[in-house]
Amino acid sequence: MAQELVNPTLGKDLVGLEELTREQITAILDTAETFKEISERPVRKVPFLRGRTVVNAFFENSTRTRVSFEFAEKRMGADTVSISTSGSSVQKGETLVDTARNLEAMRIDMVVIRHASSGSAKFLADRIESHVINAGDGKHEHPTQGLLDLLTIRDHRGPIEGLKVCICGDVLHSRVARSNIHGLKRLGAQVAVCGPLTLMPPDVADLGVHWFRRIEEAIEWADVLNVLRLQLERMKAGFIPSLREYNRIFGVTRARVEAAPRDVLILHPGPMNRGVEIDSDVADGPHSVILQQVTNGVAVRMAVLYLLAGGPAQDVEAAA
Amino acid sequence: MDAPAVEQAVSRIADEVVRLAAGATELVLLGIHRRGVQLAALLAAQIRERSGLALATGSLDITLYRDDLMVVGPRPVVGQTRLPAGGIDGRTVCIVDDVLYTGRTVRAALDELADFGRPRRTLLAVLVDRGGRELPIQADVVGERVEVPEGGRVEVRVPEIDGSLGVDLVEAGG
Amino acid sequence: MSRVLIRGGRVVDPSQEIDAVLDVLLDGGRVARVGENVEASDGTDVIDASGLVVTPGLIDVHVHLREPGGEHKETIASGARAAVAGGFTAVVAMPNTDPPIDSPASVGFVRARGAAAGLARVYPSGCITPGQKGEQLTEIGELLAAGAVCITDDGRPVMNAGLMRMALEYAQSFDLPVAVHAEELTLSRGGTMNEGIIATRLGLTGIPNAAEDVMIARDLLLAGLTGGRLHIQHVATRGGVEMIRAAKERGVRVTAEGSPHHFTLTDEAVEWYNTNAKMNPPLRSAADRDAVRAGVADGTLDVIATDHAPHHYDEKEQAFEDAPNGIVGLETAVGLAFTELVATGLIDLGTMVERMSCAPARAMSLDRFGLGSLREGSVGDVTILDPLAEWTVDASTFQSLSRNTPFGGRRLRCRAVRTIVGGRTVWEGAAR
Repeated sequence: MAQELVNPTLGKDLVGLEELTREQITAILDTAETFKEISERPVRKVPFLRGRTVVNAFFENSTRTRVSFEFAEKRMGADTVSISTSGSSVQKGETLVDTARNLEAMRIDMVVIRHASSGSAKFLADRIESHVINAGDGKHEHPTQGLLDLLTIRDHRGPIEGLKVCICGDVLHSRVARSNIHGLKRLGAQVAVCGPLTLMPPDVADLGVHWFRRIEEAIEWADVLNVLRLQLERMKAGFIPSLREYNRIFGVTRARVEAAPRDVLILHPGPMNRGVEIDSDVADGPHSVILQQVTNGVAVRMAVLYLLAGGPAQDVEAAA
Repeated sequence: MDAPAVEQAVSRIADEVVRLAAGATELVLLGIHRRGVQLAALLAAQIRERSGLALATGSLDITLYRDDLMVVGPRPVVGQTRLPAGGIDGRTVCIVDDVLYTGRTVRAALDELADFGRPRRTLLAVLVDRGGRELPIQADVVGERVEVPEGGRVEVRVPEIDGSLGVDLVEAGG
Repeated sequence: MSRVLIRGGRVVDPSQEIDAVLDVLLDGGRVARVGENVEASDGTDVIDASGLVVTPGLIDVHVHLREPGGEHKETIASGARAAVAGGFTAVVAMPNTDPPIDSPASVGFVRARGAAAGLARVYPSGCITPGQKGEQLTEIGELLAAGAVCITDDGRPVMNAGLMRMALEYAQSFDLPVAVHAEELTLSRGGTMNEGIIATRLGLTGIPNAAEDVMIARDLLLAGLTGGRLHIQHVATRGGVEMIRAAKERGVRVTAEGSPHHFTLTDEAVEWYNTNAKMNPPLRSAADRDAVRAGVADGTLDVIATDHAPHHYDEKEQAFEDAPNGIVGLETAVGLAFTELVATGLIDLGTMVERMSCAPARAMSLDRFGLGSLREGSVGDVTILDPLAEWTVDASTFQSLSRNTPFGGRRLRCRAVRTIVGGRTVWEGAAR
């Protein structure tokens, strides 16, 4: 075993997909692919991160993402500690700087952070030497979600290059949308968005993304739909008149999906608002790969843990 | 060693493995990534030809079980670990690798196997044993023993990866 | 009070259309003479200003001194020191302190603290509405009597158009300018930077130009309707500049500010969540920045004012959305104005002095106290600049208690080397 094949390095942290190269993203997806079988073993654990501690610092509530990370960390053999802060009793800013300093002092190897402020993952990454993985920072990015979406699309539709993917819903407020846009564009997909203009980010065309004003047009065009969750607060803030109207005009319904000229793949990051952005018979139907996204989520997070952990880059020499 | 020499060695290994596995109804060959996998395939072909032993094959990637990864980066590419249907419980398993040197790779493979089940018996077959053990591990079947000068390397070539079959002794600095 | 003779400097005083090498004699805290070869009698301090530029004291009409309530960021004394270090002999202090300056007692407090510091002259402003709540008018006449030179709710807009009309009309009785922070809150929606592609990529809510322009348009119309004196603060949009230009042509009594950061930087400075590039109104596009420069050049924006907004390190050391708005500006204003506007040939030195001394004095009616000019009898406030001094911005050397500037490490030209207030040297900078 004279010369090993090595993956490109990811740097110290995973803050977003915007800064990653095509090679880096592909390496994560390929590694995740080989890690899938670990979750099928009798002993669902490898000793790679044995003795290492990973802290899940979740300043925003999220059971599903946190649990997925915990599974990934435990399956890689790490010790995990989860901190959740409700955020209401503690001033957000103080907590973040103090958290950074305390974690540094405890000699933690890796931190997974979810926080309500855009840029908070980078804020933390710049201040501690531990590896930082962004589990969602405000409206900015949710890179592991973007990656598991890419893996799921690849599993079912083959290479991403040239695929037509439309992200539907509240793109303006969505970090999942941004990560998807960056990841898909980097791998050569054609990317579009669909939803009312009030929920579209300004200048999204400058990111190379087309806006479909009607869901029918989007479904007609797309190979893949990634349907985003629409929050009740958006109606209250005046972005849309009502959830009912949203479903009638923009909802991904069975009738619309079946009218599509091709077999459209349906993704959703969850949790779903059934009957709002997506109808149950689509979410549970044959085009949906929503549950596979969840499975892939653990493999992707294991791959990120694998590729990030470790010391500075050196030449790799394997001893047989 | 040139290609014919390797094939001869594989035949000798095949016979010896069959002899050692006497009494087993079925043999599982697991090749260690990367080149051990191709050698296991060669070995399987030889065993089928030279005996009637029932055979299943699979592959083991031991990257995640290595004891030397934490201090280095970038991360090696992890290969596919695939065990044959039915697993390894109660079966006779033969681990196949290209070069046995410090023994650490085999140690990792044994740890990984332990997470999959409990074979009745585990054997180790290697194409080349170059000595230099750092752990108390020995192969049950060895194709060729080789003395390697200070700083030198043994490199095994397989067609699927390197385009040809053979074993090279590379001098220090080479 | 001694006699001071400033000899041999290039005297630039747009109020008298003077730009020549002359001597300036100060006596008893006032300007006694400006002329050639002025005699230095016994007991006169002689200051050699050869190779330097001598101007009427510079005036910053928009500074936040944070006292009362924010003394960890700045005090009236430390702010006054930062002012003179930056070459300013007078500042107008904003009233959005804690508690805000909405009563005669608090106006008096600011005046007294400024006087006690004995550095730059500190002129208080008073709130338009009590507590800046935008509900009703403060006792504007009383605030003026206590020493306020303008009224403003800066930091917040007066959202109610009817109330804004009242403010403009009522303040007219006292010939008091109403200074406005133009922001339509339902359009800015809690945004933290300019609306555009960078905000989209960073996942930050953007503030569209329309949020300012809508209010600028409204306030210009109300100023036209009422004949009141309007002063529009920190103009950051090209639309705003255009509307002010047109309004002046119609005869509306409006003055306006352009701040150094708005004529120097764009929203690209925010890249990767730099909280020292976060302020309100935000840094905008290149087209907006260029329009602000052009506005300062042609006088549409009469005044260069810094909106000096000190914040403690801990407060800026937060995720972008949580950090407070604003940057310090007193100690970089002269360098930025000269480097970005004069050294580039956009305006000449006389225009820079006009924007930083004469026009600010007129806008806040400080000229009636003798500020903004070196005419005989004016106050003896003089700024001496070295236009050739090249220096690198180093926040750790600031006199301000705060360090929140995006200009750290930037190479600038021109610096105040001596600041004189009432005939007394209150600041001497490092020699070239």
